[in-house]
Amino acid sequence: MGVANGGDKGFEVPELDIKFTKLFINGRFVDAASGKTFETRDPRSGEVTARIAEGDKADIDLAVKAAREAFDHGPWPRMSGFERGRILHKFADLVDQHVEELAALDTVDAGKLFQMGKLLDIPSGANLLRYYAGAADKIHGETLKMSRPCHGYTLKEPVGVVGHIVPWNYPTTMFFFKVSPALAAGCTMVVKPAEQTPLSALFYAHLAKEAGVPDGVLNVVPGFGHTAGAAISSHMDIDKVSFTGSTEVGRLVMEAAAKSNLKSVSLELGGKSPIIVFDDADLDMAVNLVHIATYTNKGEICVAGSRIYVQEGIYDAFVKKATEFAKKSVIGDPFNPRVHQGPQVDKAQYEKILKYIDIGKREGATLVTGGKPCGDKGYYIEPAIFTDVKDDMAIAQEEIFGPVMALMKFKTVEEAIQKANSTRYGLAAGLVTKNIDVANTVSRSVRAGAIWINCYFGFDPDAPFGGCKMSGFGKDMGMDALEKYLHTKTVVTPLYNTPWL
Amino acid sequence: MASLPDSFLADLDELLGNEAYPDEEDERQQIWKRMVLVTFLAVNFLNMMILTLSQSFIRLNIIMTLCKLKARSYDRSEARSGLTSILAFAPVQGMELSNPLVQNDFTGRRLQGNMAARRAASSLLSRRLIPRPCAAASSTCHSAILGAATARRLLPGALQRFNTASAAVAAATEEPIQPPVDVKYTQLFINGDFVDAASGKTFPTVDPRTSEVIARVAEGDSEDIDRAVAAARRAFDEGPWPRMTAYERCRVLLRFADLIEQHAEEIAALETWDSGKTLEQTAGSEVPMVARYMRYYAGWADKIHGLVVPADGPHHVQVLHEPIGVAGQIIPWNFPLLMFAWKVGPALACGNAVVLKTAEQTPLSALFVASLLQEAGLPEGVLNVVSGFGPTAGAALSSHMGVDKLAFTGSTGTGKIVLELAARSNLKPVTLELGGKSPFIVMDDADVDQAVELAHRALFFNQGQCCCAGSRTFVHESVYDEFVEKAKARALKRVVGDPFRSGVEQGPQIDGEQFKKILRYVQSGVDSGATLVAGGDRSGSRGFYIQPTVFADVEDEMKIAQEEIFGPVQSILRFSTVEEVVRRSNASPYGLAAGVFTRRLDAANTLARALKVGSVWLNCYDVFDAAIPFGGYKMSGVGREKGAYSLRNYLQTKAVVSPIKDAAWL
Repeated sequence: MGVANGGDKGFEVPELDIKFTKLFINGRFVDAASGKTFETRDPRSGEVTARIAEGDKADIDLAVKAAREAFDHGPWPRMSGFERGRILHKFADLVDQHVEELAALDTVDAGKLFQMGKLLDIPSGANLLRYYAGAADKIHGETLKMSRPCHGYTLKEPVGVVGHIVPWNYPTTMFFFKVSPALAAGCTMVVKPAEQTPLSALFYAHLAKEAGVPDGVLNVVPGFGHTAGAAISSHMDIDKVSFTGSTEVGRLVMEAAAKSNLKSVSLELGGKSPIIVFDDADLDMAVNLVHIATYTNKGEICVAGSRIYVQEGIYDAFVKKATEFAKKSVIGDPFNPRVHQGPQVDKAQYEKILKYIDIGKREGATLVTGGKPCGDKGYYIEPAIFTDVKDDMAIAQEEIFGPVMALMKFKTVEEAIQKANSTRYGLAAGLVTKNIDVANTVSRSVRAGAIWINCYFGFDPDAPFGGCKMSGFGKDMGMDALEKYLHTKTVVTPLYNTPWL
Repeated sequence: MASLPDSFLADLDELLGNEAYPDEEDERQQIWKRMVLVTFLAVNFLNMMILTLSQSFIRLNIIMTLCKLKARSYDRSEARSGLTSILAFAPVQGMELSNPLVQNDFTGRRLQGNMAARRAASSLLSRRLIPRPCAAASSTCHSAILGAATARRLLPGALQRFNTASAAVAAATEEPIQPPVDVKYTQLFINGDFVDAASGKTFPTVDPRTSEVIARVAEGDSEDIDRAVAAARRAFDEGPWPRMTAYERCRVLLRFADLIEQHAEEIAALETWDSGKTLEQTAGSEVPMVARYMRYYAGWADKIHGLVVPADGPHHVQVLHEPIGVAGQIIPWNFPLLMFAWKVGPALACGNAVVLKTAEQTPLSALFVASLLQEAGLPEGVLNVVSGFGPTAGAALSSHMGVDKLAFTGSTGTGKIVLELAARSNLKPVTLELGGKSPFIVMDDADVDQAVELAHRALFFNQGQCCCAGSRTFVHESVYDEFVEKAKARALKRVVGDPFRSGVEQGPQIDGEQFKKILRYVQSGVDSGATLVAGGDRSGSRGFYIQPTVFADVEDEMKIAQEEIFGPVQSILRFSTVEEVVRRSNASPYGLAAGVFTRRLDAANTLARALKVGSVWLNCYDVFDAAIPFGGYKMSGVGREKGAYSLRNYLQTKAVVSPIKDAAWL
């Protein structure tokens, strides 16, 4: 396990000029009403990167007022879907033009791999914008088959002012998951980025304005969950709240929505996603897939393959190979292109992961490799593998959100299904098998929002994504995501002398 | 619904106003009352007419003078806003004329069986098609019907012959404006290269303003179609186009849209030069629309969804929408660029390869934009453009065994042949967008000024060369006379002239064939007793300009009320009830579009459902958004273009079924 943080400087860290640190409300960067600021820290070193205006209830009120005005009287919902699409295309082009800068912001803010940001995260954000740019003029209501002499049809109207609360693990991807379909639908919005990662969201607000998104349509208010986030969830003038984050906080958001104006809610929450590796799997492929599924983004990903069920016939070989793979991982500065895994996002997360590793050991699971802090500063953890994990252990039940693989053994298809479903979560699942019958059966039997067969992270702009059970409800991406930001209005009028019904 | 309590249903009835349904008795009484009222009004009106008749001569002179003044000062911005708000389309009338198979079914069948004979006929016809020099054309017209003096004598039904619009005279005398564009591409576009026809033959494409040759264009025939299909076949069967991601195809189409915008002026000028459409229309509306359509279809490329289908038993069933393969597309001359976009856009978005045959009157713009599509990154062979004639290139494409799908826009007569050739060859599915005789219905509550303007644009737009032209203007009897008077005034105000000149509303007709055909229809209108209230003659002495023409007192059985004229000839008919106008509107072999002008919601809803047409425009006309499906009922065609519906034309549907063991749910 190579450790590259600190000393190894065989790579360039781009000059970072942080341009936007204030709240973005009604098309302008402004200080918080309270004048307060908070620190955002570089997880590579734990040092302060910038001080950011700290939005709370007063700022959310201002942002909602701007969004309300933009929706009720502004041009955004009144222009054609095609025109909105044109602006989103321009927005996407501007994102593409700033890939390096944006990727660097996400790296210093979240410890994400710079290369991945440049090659994947940021361009995918632009692609998603383009997808919804093309969807903006494809929002169809329907004419209805009424059971009496009436003409009926549905209108798909933008829902109004949307509150988006986005997490820190994929600051760019989550921003566009939320913002792109809402913009396409004609909504106006207030986005609260996570307090750990406010930088890229503010940059995107600036680019949106440059692309021609009218003032007040997209407002970005960095701040904390219990102040700014709570103000969004309980606001009487917000028509919809869309949240991605932990199941615990999701519950608070929904409760606040229920207690205020019954705004509609969509939640993309935690997961404890199983990957089921059957005996007929190609071992190398399976190990590689599971490795990526578990350790991508240092395990800070809601769909992380965090319960690995391996059929008994290949279990031992799998453990051996997976351990070799994990040991080869290079941990270090995420700007270093040779590095596979950067630091955890912050101290709290770092400590939580180490605590779970400790619990795992105490509960009797075997730590085969990794699981130790590494480097002399920052929040780096070696990729860990546990074997002898039991279904009822905390590390098999709770979301760790770190580089921890929990390996379990199973015998039959039925058992695999039963184990995979023995969780309160239902976000995603992976299957590795060559057998079409097994694939078909397991796909329908596992209760999850996404099933990836012989692949993982099967994300695509056109593929709806979101959980079931306590992983949440509502979909991001695909045409389904538009539904979250639209409401259906049925219009009926009587018909006279109609030649058909 | 059945399970709902009766009280709820009663409430619902009340809510929906169902108690307000007039029963038949009431309706008859109402009609009777209305008839009495109408008769009373009509008698009064006649009295007034008699009283004022003595003054009418003087008044008409004043109106004439006013019209001339207005025509001169016609506001440019008004013209532009009018043009951008409307757009319309039409079939290949020229193709019908050039094609013996249309005119004579028997001959047609015989010719189809004999390729050599068909070629011979075609080359003969193509020569005939070339517009004759102006002098010859005008002498024919003059001798036949249309010397100004002769025409006056021949028009017994005419209230008044005006020396129509001063602008029309200007058109005749002014020097044609030099088009600000060079013709770059005249060869066939096959497999990514511009190449000569296999035969080496060329044909002239002609400036309809002057009937002078713009350029000689490679004349594709069946051998070239074979080459193009082979290239398309390779591109589809082995090439990257259907194999790349939809997102990548999307990006190619988006780049194409950008390139169209970058070359907008050049493209618009080329289109105007070749087709006689006004530059304000091509530059202000059509070229931007091509870019818009391309962006629309680009957005579809990555949103083509099949259904996952519920099975009756333990099966997993999903539907794949695959590209259909090589699409053959035949487009008309009236909207060369827009028809290119309607056809090529969805075909490419779905991942197909295309062989496009343009109309022989207007080959230039498609060749130009094909080069841009290649520049945008379209792999070679995915789009092939073959200029040529219907009986040769068009027929070869329609009957080709290597073409998987055919889409044709043009006349109903040619559409029949295309369908027949498809049936006789490999049963390729066919989309047809054909002719029309679309009603434009003005109800008694209409604001007459607005109705007149809309009806005018519905018919005269694009020189009347639109398949969906509102060519039967049905006006309620209560507003009929006022409408006719104002429609006449509007037609007289219409500015005819060089389409490159700003402020001009109407350019020349596409070619000599069309020009003569339209004037024959005008003659037929006069002969059948319709009242010619405006126009009726050619405009100027060269090129193919025709005066905006209005007929009143048109009856259903007249030829001008039944056949597609495809020219600036408005026929105004009178009606008295909704039932009557529905019956008469539907009494047509066509069913392309209809306009309804009324503020009455109930009448609008009734007419919208009762008219057997593919598009109903309520209080608007010619709205051609990318997402709105367009196509005809009855003999106006098969299938729909634009919108999500257009994708179906270019996709195969494949059901994939596999057993599912121990299914958790079905």
